[in-house]
Amino acid sequence: MESLSNKKKVLEQKPLTFLERMYLPAIASGMAITFSHLFKKPATIRYPEVEREFSTNFRGMHSLKRDENGKERCTACGLCALSCPAEAITMIAAERKPEEKDLYREEKYAATYEINMLRCIFCGLCEEACPKEAIYLDGPIVPADYLRKDFIYGKDKLVEAPLEMKK
Amino acid sequence: MEIGFVLEKFILVAVIFGISLVIAMYSTYAERKVAAFLQDRLGPDRAGPFGILQPLADGLKMFMKEEIIPTTSSKWLFIAGPGLALLCACIGTAVIPWGSPMKIGDRIIPLQVSDINVGVLYIFGVVSLGVYGVMIGGWASNNKYSLLSAIRAASQNISYEIAMGLSIIALLLMTNTLSLKEIVDQQHGWRWNILYQPLGFLIFIICSFAETNRAPFDLPECETELIGGYHTEYSSMKLGFYLFAEYINMFVSSAVMATLYFGGYNYPGMDSMAIWLGPTWAPLFGTAILFAKIFFFIFLFMWVRWTIPRFRYDQLMNLGWKGLIPLAIANIIITGVVIAIIEKF
Repeated sequence: MESLSNKKKVLEQKPLTFLERMYLPAIASGMAITFSHLFKKPATIRYPEVEREFSTNFRGMHSLKRDENGKERCTACGLCALSCPAEAITMIAAERKPEEKDLYREEKYAATYEINMLRCIFCGLCEEACPKEAIYLDGPIVPADYLRKDFIYGKDKLVEAPLEMKK
Repeated sequence: MEIGFVLEKFILVAVIFGISLVIAMYSTYAERKVAAFLQDRLGPDRAGPFGILQPLADGLKMFMKEEIIPTTSSKWLFIAGPGLALLCACIGTAVIPWGSPMKIGDRIIPLQVSDINVGVLYIFGVVSLGVYGVMIGGWASNNKYSLLSAIRAASQNISYEIAMGLSIIALLLMTNTLSLKEIVDQQHGWRWNILYQPLGFLIFIICSFAETNRAPFDLPECETELIGGYHTEYSSMKLGFYLFAEYINMFVSSAVMATLYFGGYNYPGMDSMAIWLGPTWAPLFGTAILFAKIFFFIFLFMWVRWTIPRFRYDQLMNLGWKGLIPLAIANIIITGVVIAIIEKF
C-alpha cells in the first residue's frame, strides 16, 4: 500500500560483519566520545550560591498590586476565582468605609483573599481574568513549608508592600 | 633472621597496606568525580576544597549507620563474608614488585614484600579466593535473592578465571618464569610485554574487569533484577567492606596489569635517570612511574564503566566460554609456534 506521508522508511536488517561483531571498534569510538566530555563545561549550577535566572515569562508566587497612590487595586469581583481551574482562590468582599478611602481604590474590596498554593497550578488564568490589573504571578518560587495550613496564603503574604515602605 | 630485615619488611608491609587503603578510599571519590566529568557534571564538591574530604565523610557515615544482622542468617559466616572479601583483596599486593631494589647506606632493600618464585600463581590463587567472600556473604544472608546473586557472581568469576589463566600462559611461555620480579626485569628497556602479547593483554584486561565485578561485568550487583545483589542484607560497614574490597581489587588488578604487560616500574631512559638520581632515589622514581601506570588503569576502569552498558547474563557467559577461552587457547598455540620457530633458527 502506498504510504500516506511518504515518510516511511524500509529498514533492512543486515547481519553484522565480522568487524562489527568484534565490537572493539565500536567500543573504542564510544570511549572516545565519553573522553571528549571530560573537557566540556559542566552544566551544573551550584544552587545555594548561584541561582538560575528565570525566564521573563516565569510564573511564580502571586502578588496583589497597589495603584500609583498606594491603594489596593483589587475590588473583589471574583473573576480570578471564577477563572481558576484548580479553584485555589477564595475571597470575601466587604464595603469600604469612608475613613478607608486611602486604602482601597473602589467601594468594594476584598476583606480576605486567600490562595491555596497546594492547589494552584500557576496557569496564570487569574492574571488574565483580572479586569483591574490587580493580580500578577511575578513573585519567586513558593517556599516549602511543613503544614498544609501554611500553604494557604492570605492578604498578609500576597499584597504588595505599601508605597512608602517600598522606598 | 636479623632485626633489620624484619623491620624493613614490617615498614614495607605497613606502607603498602596504608597506600592500598588510601587509594581504595580515594578511588570512591575519583569514581564519582570521573563519572561527573564524563557526564558534564561537577561531582562531590561540598566536603573540603573540591570535595576531597568526601571519602572521610562517606566512611564516617558507613560507621555510624545502624548495623542489622538478619535473625535467620548464620551469624558468624555473615560477619566472615565481608572480612574475607577484604582480606583476599588486601593480600594480593604482597608479591607485586613496587620498584627496583633501593640502596640506603650499605643496605639493599627490595621494594617488594616477598619475591616468591610462583608470584603469578599466588596472585591467581588469592584472586580466586575472593569469590568466597561473595559466595559466603550471599549464602549466609539466608535470602534467596542474595543466594541467586552470589551464585551468579561465583560462576562469573570462575568462568573468567579460566580465560584469564589461559591468557597468562602465553606470557609465561615467553618469559619462562612465574616470578613477578623477573617478569618486570625482563621488560627493561622498552621490551614491554604488551608489544609481544597484545591479544593476551586484551583477554587479560577483559577478564580483570569481570574478576573485579566492574562494569560492563557488574552482574553481581544488580539493583533491578536481584534487589542489591549478594550484599542485599548487609548494612553499615559490612557493606562498606564489600564495596571497599571491590576498589582494592581494582587497585591490585591495575598493579598486576601494569606489572605483567606494561613494564612495571620500567620507563624509557631509566638507566641514565638511575645515574642522575643515585641508587636511593631512582627506585622511588620508578615506583612513582608504576603508580602513574596504575592510576591510568584505575581511570580506564572508570572510563569504561561510564561508556559500555552492562552485559546480559547469557551474553556474559557466551563471551567468556565461546569467545575468550578459544581466543586464549589460539594465542597460546601461536605463541608456542613462534617461540619454537625462533629457537629452531
